[in-house]
Amino acid sequence: MNSTDLVTSFERKIDAEDKIEPRDAMPEKYRLHLIRQISQHAHSEVIGMQPEGNWLSRAPSLRAKQILLAKIQDEGGHGLYLYSAAETLGISRDEMIRQLHEGKARYSNIFNYPTLTWADIGAIGWLVDGAAIVNQVALQRTSYGPYARAMFRICKEESFHQRQGYEIMANMMKGTVAQREMAQDAMNRWWWPSLTMFGPHDSDSPHSGDAFRWKIKRKSNDELRQKFIDKTVQQAEVIGLTIPDAQLKWNEEKQGYDHGEINWEEFKRVINGDGPCNRQRIEHHKKCHEEGRWVREAAEAYQRKIQSINN
Amino acid sequence: MATDTQLDLWEVFIQGKSGGHHMHAGSVHASDKEMALKNARDLYTRRSEGGSIWVVPSSAIISSAPDDAAMLFDPANDKIYRHPTFYVIPEGAKQI
Repeated sequence: MNSTDLVTSFERKIDAEDKIEPRDAMPEKYRLHLIRQISQHAHSEVIGMQPEGNWLSRAPSLRAKQILLAKIQDEGGHGLYLYSAAETLGISRDEMIRQLHEGKARYSNIFNYPTLTWADIGAIGWLVDGAAIVNQVALQRTSYGPYARAMFRICKEESFHQRQGYEIMANMMKGTVAQREMAQDAMNRWWWPSLTMFGPHDSDSPHSGDAFRWKIKRKSNDELRQKFIDKTVQQAEVIGLTIPDAQLKWNEEKQGYDHGEINWEEFKRVINGDGPCNRQRIEHHKKCHEEGRWVREAAEAYQRKIQSINN
Repeated sequence: MATDTQLDLWEVFIQGKSGGHHMHAGSVHASDKEMALKNARDLYTRRSEGGSIWVVPSSAIISSAPDDAAMLFDPANDKIYRHPTFYVIPEGAKQI
């Protein structure tokens, strides 16, 4: 296929809302855009296990501990679905991990914040996973087949995550004064970082043009952020939590909430490496990866031995 | 070891309910078939999604090429007589 045919067959599929599959012709920039986005998504799932893992040994009940363990296992699973989807584009797992360790691939900025109290586990499930769900539901319609399929599986599993987080917050709000204050404090610290999860405003979003044209992205950052705010405000009211935004106000005309400006200076500072936990997150990942190396090597040695016996 | 291959790639097929087809669920990395089966179980059936799993080395799968789609599948388009709706059934005939 010459390059003009290639572009035509690709664009025809995109226009027809057909999915692009691994062996289909695709522009090199489309492939690279997806590798960047899917690997970043995968890294986010895996790095996201760390702030939650911090509370595994201190969960307040056996029930809470079992649930948290299951949730963290899900996050690891989501990372694996996404690594597999990225691998279909011709990048190896090894290369993706290397890019993460060298700081060439990113993960969601939200995981550079620490989990200081048990209420933070509630806030992560409710707000951070809640924001991720809004984003991921839109991505179920993304144009790359393996990515869309991973999103379907992930969305099915995520709603448990959000509900368990909301339950933690609701229970704390029914508790003592100290517990209610703890829940509100977690809300105050996680609300704004959750809003930044949708990325910069549409007017400053550098990668959006191609992503929309190729239907990788189906809804804009600001549209998704608005959707998240509109559904979360009511949930906060039901359990008596206050959204830490003095400018938050219902706008009858647009049938949605107006909100205060996000602190983009802080966002840039944290995403560029200077957040509370950036170094710790990557150091921990490197350490686990190195400490697990002997397991991978032993598995390979065993495989070679079996093969030599069979030959 | 210069490269860390992270083991071989396997494709996972799950039978959702008894009597159904095994459907492709995704992939896992594993060094041998037992590990592939275990990893597939951990990754794809955490919520009773299935009662049976197949794992196949990805390298053993042969797939049709997108460029050959016309050659392979277009001939079926003009054989509409293979569908039951092609036939004219006399009015009043029942249970056919």
